Amino acid sequence: MKNHSRMSRAAALLATSALAFAAVTGCAPAAEEPQGDVTITWWHNGTGEPLLGFWQQVAKEFEDKNPGVKVDVQAFQNEELQRTLIPNALRSGDAPDVFQQWGAGELAAQVKAGYVKDISADVAAELELVGGTAAPWQVDGKTYGLPFSFGIEGFWYNKDLFAKAGIASVPSTLDELYAAIDKLKAAGITPIAVGAKDKWPAAHYWYNFALKSCSPQILSNAQANLVFDDPCFIKAGELLQQFIDSEPFNEGYLGTSAQQGAGSSAGQLATGKAAMELMGHWNPGTMGGILQEETGDANATPPSFLGWFNFPGIPGSAGDPTAALGGGDGFSVSADAPKEAVELLKYIASVDVQTRFGEVGAGIPVSKGSEVSITDPNLRQVLEGLQASTYVQLWLDTAYGPVVGGAMNDGIVALFAGQATPQDIVQGMKDAAATL
Amino acid sequence: MTSIIEAGPAVTAGPAPTPTTSTEGPTVTDSSTRRRRANWRKRLQIAGFAGPALIVYLTFVLLPVLLAAYYSFFNWNGLGPMDRFIGFDNYARVLTDAKFHQAVGNTFFVLILSLLIQGPLAISIALLFNRKMYLRSALRLLIFVPYVLSEITAGLAWSLILQPDGALAGYLDDLGLSDLKALWLADTDVVMWTMFGILTWKYLGFAIILMLAGLQGVPEELSEAAALDGASWWQVQRHVTLPLLGPTIRIWAFLSIIGSLQLFDMVWITTGGGPANASATMATYMVQFGLNRTQVGFGSAVAVVIFVISLAVALLYQRFALRRDLAGALTSRKAGS
Repeated sequence: MKNHSRMSRAAALLATSALAFAAVTGCAPAAEEPQGDVTITWWHNGTGEPLLGFWQQVAKEFEDKNPGVKVDVQAFQNEELQRTLIPNALRSGDAPDVFQQWGAGELAAQVKAGYVKDISADVAAELELVGGTAAPWQVDGKTYGLPFSFGIEGFWYNKDLFAKAGIASVPSTLDELYAAIDKLKAAGITPIAVGAKDKWPAAHYWYNFALKSCSPQILSNAQANLVFDDPCFIKAGELLQQFIDSEPFNEGYLGTSAQQGAGSSAGQLATGKAAMELMGHWNPGTMGGILQEETGDANATPPSFLGWFNFPGIPGSAGDPTAALGGGDGFSVSADAPKEAVELLKYIASVDVQTRFGEVGAGIPVSKGSEVSITDPNLRQVLEGLQASTYVQLWLDTAYGPVVGGAMNDGIVALFAGQATPQDIVQGMKDAAATL
Repeated sequence: MTSIIEAGPAVTAGPAPTPTTSTEGPTVTDSSTRRRRANWRKRLQIAGFAGPALIVYLTFVLLPVLLAAYYSFFNWNGLGPMDRFIGFDNYARVLTDAKFHQAVGNTFFVLILSLLIQGPLAISIALLFNRKMYLRSALRLLIFVPYVLSEITAGLAWSLILQPDGALAGYLDDLGLSDLKALWLADTDVVMWTMFGILTWKYLGFAIILMLAGLQGVPEELSEAAALDGASWWQVQRHVTLPLLGPTIRIWAFLSIIGSLQLFDMVWITTGGGPANASATMATYMVQFGLNRTQVGFGSAVAVVIFVISLAVALLYQRFALRRDLAGALTSRKAGS
C-alpha cells in the first residue's frame, strides 16, 4: 500500500512537471482560427493618438469592405518593433502580413533574405499616386512596400522668441543662422535644443551639412555602394565642428533626449525654453503629445508660436541648394502573406484614406490629391519645401543601413562630445562598411 | 543576458552510494529485490524533481550559450541563411575594439567600487541598525525602499532629477551650492560616478538587509562574553561580529559582482550608454553593437567574450573567497564537517 501510494505520487509529480514544461515552452495547443476566413496581422508603430485610433479605424473599414477578412492590428513601440519584434518574427517564419517598413538599407537586407513580397505588379496604380517618394521602398527597381507619409526636415522655431531677440526674417543662409544664434544668445535665450542622447537628432546636423557639401551624384553613389572617399564628407564634419563651436545648443545636450517629457529637446521648444529645433515633420505631433502629458489636458495642441524654415543653404558649396533631407513611413507585406494583405496596403495608399490621414493631423500624406487635407500652415510649408526640392535625400542612417548608419551616428555624437574629428566620423563609417 | 552564472549550491547526484553493497551476500533474498525497487523509485524521484529544472536549464541556458558560440563564427545579420563563416574575425574585432575595452573598464569600475564602497558602507549601517534605537524599523524600511522600486521607474526618476535644470540642480541652487552643479549624465568625465551613485542608492538597501540578517546569526552571548572581558564596542565588532559575518559578506560580494557584470537596465534607461559611450557596460555594448546594429554574429561573439569574463571572475571568486562557505555543498560532506 505504502509503495503504491509513493509510486502514484511520483507519477503525479512527473505529470505535473510535464505540464509545467509544456506551459513553459508554450507547446499548449493554440486556439483554432475560424474556418474559411482570412486573418491579416498588421504591425505598426503608431502607439499614440491620432495614429493609433486612425489605423484601427482603417482596419475596421477594410474588414467591412471585405467580408470574411479579419484584420488583427497591433501597435508597438518604435525601436522595439524595428530592432527586435520584426526581425525575430521574420526569422521565425511567422511574420506579420503587413508591417512597418522604414525602407532603404534595412529593407534591402530583408529582401535579400527573401522575407518581403515583391508587389511591383500589384501596386502600379498606387506607385503613380505616390510618385518619387516610393524610392526608399524599392530595391533594384522592384517595389517591396509603399509609404503612407513622407516629409522633409527643417528648423522648427518659436516666432515669439525670434521677435523678442529682434530677428526680422528667418535665416536663409548659414551666415544668417549664425547671426540669429548670436541675437538669441544676447537676449538670454537658448538658441537651439538638440536631443543628442538619442544620437540621431545630433547626427541630422551632419547629414544636412553633408547634403549641402556633397553633390547629389556623390550622395547617390554613397548610398548605393557605401563609398565615402569624397572630401565633401570631411567638409561636412568641419562645418559641423564650426557650428558646435558657436555654442548654439542647450546646456547638457549630450544627456538630452529628443522626445520624452518637458526636458527633452522637443519639450524645451514646446515650453518656450529654447528657440529652435532641427527636426522632421512629425515634430508638431510630438510637441502636442508632450504638452498633453505635462498639462494633463488631453486636447492640448502644438504651440501656436511655431514656425518652420528649411535648413539654410551655404552659398558657393557643391551641394544642390534645393536639396532636402527627408524620410517617411511605410508598410511592407511579408513574403507568404495572403493576397488580401496587398489589398490592405493598396487601401492604405488610396486617396480617400490618405486624405483622412492628413485631416487627423497624423502627418503628411503621400498620395497625389490627398495633400489638400493639410490645413496646418507649418505642415503646408514642409509640403511646399518637399515639392520645391529637386533632390530629396533619405535620412542618411536609414539610407546606409544600421551598421554604417549606426557607426556614423556614433562618430557624429563623439564629435559633439569633443572626442572625435571630422576624419574620425568618415573613418568609422568606412570601417563599419568593411564589416558588412 | 546569456551569461548568468548561478551562485546556488550545485546539485550533486543524490545521496552518496550506500555502504550496503558489502553486506549483500550470495543469496538473493527478498530484501534485495525490495532494495532494487527502492533504488528504481529513488531514481524516478530524482528524475521527477531534477528533470524539469534540468530540461529548462538545458533548453534556455545551455543551448542558447552553445548557439551563441556557433553564431559567433559567422558574419550574420540575423536575417536569412547563415552562410558566411568568418572564423575568429568577430572575436578579433571585439577584442581590439577600444569601445569594448572602455565598456569592460566601466563594468569593472562599478564592480570594484561596489566592493570597496558599498560593502563597508552597508556593514557600518547594518551594525548601527542592529543596535536598539529609536525608529529602527522605520529607518530599515526607508533604506530598503529603493531596492523595491523597479529599475525603469528608478532610472526615469533619476534621469529627470539629474537634468541640468532638474530637481537636484534646483536644491543645490537653493542651498547656495551652485558650484557643485555638474552635467551629471551629460559629462563624459562625470557620468560613471553618477551611475555608481545611482546604483549605490538602489542596491545599498539590499546589502544592508543581507548584513542585518547575517548579524541575527551572530550569538549575543559571544559579544556579551567579550564585553565582560573588557572589550570595547569597537573591539567586539572588529574581533567577534565581523569574523562571524564573513559568510554573509562573501555571499553579498558575490551577488554584487554578478550584478556589476550584468549591469544593463539602469545604464540603458538613464544614458543609453552615452554620452559618446562614456557609460557603456559590457551588456549595453552587446545590445548596441549586436542587436541594434543587426550584427547578430558579432553580438554573439561579444556575448561569448562576456560569458568567459564572467565565468573567470566567478570561478576565481569561488576558488579563493567562497571556498570555505561552499565546502559542504560542492565537495563531499566529510570536507565540510
